[in-house]
Amino acid sequence: MPRFLALADAIAEYVHDGDTVALEGFTHLIPFTAGHEVIRQGRRSLTLVRMTPDLIYDQLIGMGCARKLIFSWGGNPGVGSLHRLRDAVENGWPQPLELEEHGHAGIATAYAAGAAGLPLAILRGYVGTDLPGVNPNIRFIEDPFTGGRLAAIPSLRPDVSIVHAQRADRAGNVLLEGIVGVQKEAVLAATRAVVTVEEVVDDLRVASPNSVVLPSWTIDAIIEAPGGARPSYAHGYYRRDNAFYTQWDTISRERETFLAWMGENVLNRTAPRVGRG
Amino acid sequence: MDYTASEMMMVAAARALKNDDVCLVGIGMPSAACNLARLTHAPNITLIYESGTIGAKPYVLPLSIGDPELCETALTTVSVPEMFAYWLQGGRITVGFLAAAQIDRFGNINTTVIGEYSKPKVRLPGGGGAPEIASSCDQVFVIVSHSPRAFVPKVDFVTSFGFGTGGNHRQRLGITTTGPSLIVTDLCLMRPHPQTKELLVTSVHPSVTREEIAIRTGWPVQFAGDLAHTDPPTAGELAVLRDLLNRSGQAGGTGPS
Repeated sequence: MPRFLALADAIAEYVHDGDTVALEGFTHLIPFTAGHEVIRQGRRSLTLVRMTPDLIYDQLIGMGCARKLIFSWGGNPGVGSLHRLRDAVENGWPQPLELEEHGHAGIATAYAAGAAGLPLAILRGYVGTDLPGVNPNIRFIEDPFTGGRLAAIPSLRPDVSIVHAQRADRAGNVLLEGIVGVQKEAVLAATRAVVTVEEVVDDLRVASPNSVVLPSWTIDAIIEAPGGARPSYAHGYYRRDNAFYTQWDTISRERETFLAWMGENVLNRTAPRVGRG
Repeated sequence: MDYTASEMMMVAAARALKNDDVCLVGIGMPSAACNLARLTHAPNITLIYESGTIGAKPYVLPLSIGDPELCETALTTVSVPEMFAYWLQGGRITVGFLAAAQIDRFGNINTTVIGEYSKPKVRLPGGGGAPEIASSCDQVFVIVSHSPRAFVPKVDFVTSFGFGTGGNHRQRLGITTTGPSLIVTDLCLMRPHPQTKELLVTSVHPSVTREEIAIRTGWPVQFAGDLAHTDPPTAGELAVLRDLLNRSGQAGGTGPS
C-alpha cells in the first residue's frame, strides 16, 4: 500500500541529490507539478532520464538541477528547440550537461528490460548511425542462435520514477489511459515510484479488463495533484495547452526571461497541500 | 490556379502514398502530407504516430506527436515499447515519413548536431524514433525544403542511415529494407540511382529550373535521363490541403519527430 502524501513531503522523502530520476509521460501526462517541486526543493546533480525531455526537463536543466541527461529526442514538439537544454550543451549554462543519447526504440526497450529485471536490452537498431560512436553504452552483440548482430544497451533502472495518472483509488491502485507511453515500464523499472494523480476516488472506473492499472504494491507514494500535467494534458480531464508550448519558445530563449518566468510561476509558488489517506 | 512552393511540396508528397500503405508519420510537414493523402486518394491508409496511436484520423493536424486528437481518433493506442518493438522492428510498416535538418547525397539524415558532437555549433533535437524508422520501415520518404544548408555533400552526423557511402552499403550492414526511396522538396522529387544510390532529380515541379535546383543543392546534383515534370496541384488537392491547414491553425510546421 503506497502512502498518500503531500507533494512537498513526497519529493523530500523520495528524490535525493545525485539520484537517477525519470519523469515520464510521452507528450501526455507529463508530471509537471512534481517536477516543479523538485526545482523548488533545489535538488542537484540529478541524472535525468526521459525519452522526450520536453519543457519540464528544459526547466530542470535551466534551474541547475541536472548533471546528466539520458534521452532520445530533445525538442519542443512542433515548435523547435529546447533553449535551456541547448544553452547547457552549447555553452555550459548554468552548468555543463553530460549527454547519453539514444533513439526512442533504445530507451523504450531499456525501460522494458529494467521492468523485467534484465541487465540489458537488445534491439534491431542504431545500425549505420553515428550514435554508437558518441555513446559507449550502445554496443553490438552476436545472437548466439543465428549469429546475427544486434544492438545492446544497459537496461534503465532509475532510483526513482515519477509519473502522472488519471486517478487512484483509496487502496492506492492507479489507472492510466490514453497515450500510456512508457510509464508502466518506468514505474516497474524503478527502485522507488511516485505517482501524482488528477483525483483520488472510491471507484477507479476501470473501463476494460485490459486497462493499464498499476497495482498499489508497485507504488511508494501517491499525491493528489489536480492539473498536475499542465501544460501537457490528461486524457479525459483537460487538453494540451499547445499555445503555451508555443509561448515557451519566447519565454525560454533568453536566460533572463526564463529565470523571471520560473521565479514567478514556480519558485514563488508553494506546492499544493493536498494529501489524502 | 495559384499555389505556393510549399503547397506543391505537400501535394507531391501526399501523392506518393498509397491507399494500402501503413505509414509511420513524422510531425510537421510529413503529418500534413500524410493526412492530405488520407483525405484525398488514400482514404484507407493507416497512419501511425510513434506515441502508439495506430490508425489515427486527426481532424486537425497535431502540434506534437502525442496530441489528444491522435489517440481520440485512432483505431487503437499501444504503449511506446510495444510500438517500437512489435510494430516498427516487427516490420509491419510500409513507409516511414520523415523530415530532416540535413540530408546528404546518399540520403543520410542528420537531426542531431551541426558541427562537432562534443562542441556543437547548433544542438538539434536528436533522433527520436527516426534511426529505427529509417532502418525498419520497408521504405522511407523524406520531405525537406530545398536549400544548400539542408542538402549537404555529407551530413555532420548520421542520425538516420540512408545509403551510407552509397552502393550496397545498406546490405553490407545487414539492413534488409529499401531505405530512402523518395525525397520531396519544394523544387523537385529525388530518387536514389539504382546502383550508386546517389540522389538524382527525377521530377521537376512546374516553373522550377534546373539551375535553381543546382544552386540550392550542396553537391553537383545529377538529373535523371528520363526527367519528369511534376503535375501542378489540382484544385481539389489544394482545397483539401488549405482546409486542413486552416482548421489546424498552422501553416505546416517543421521539425523532425
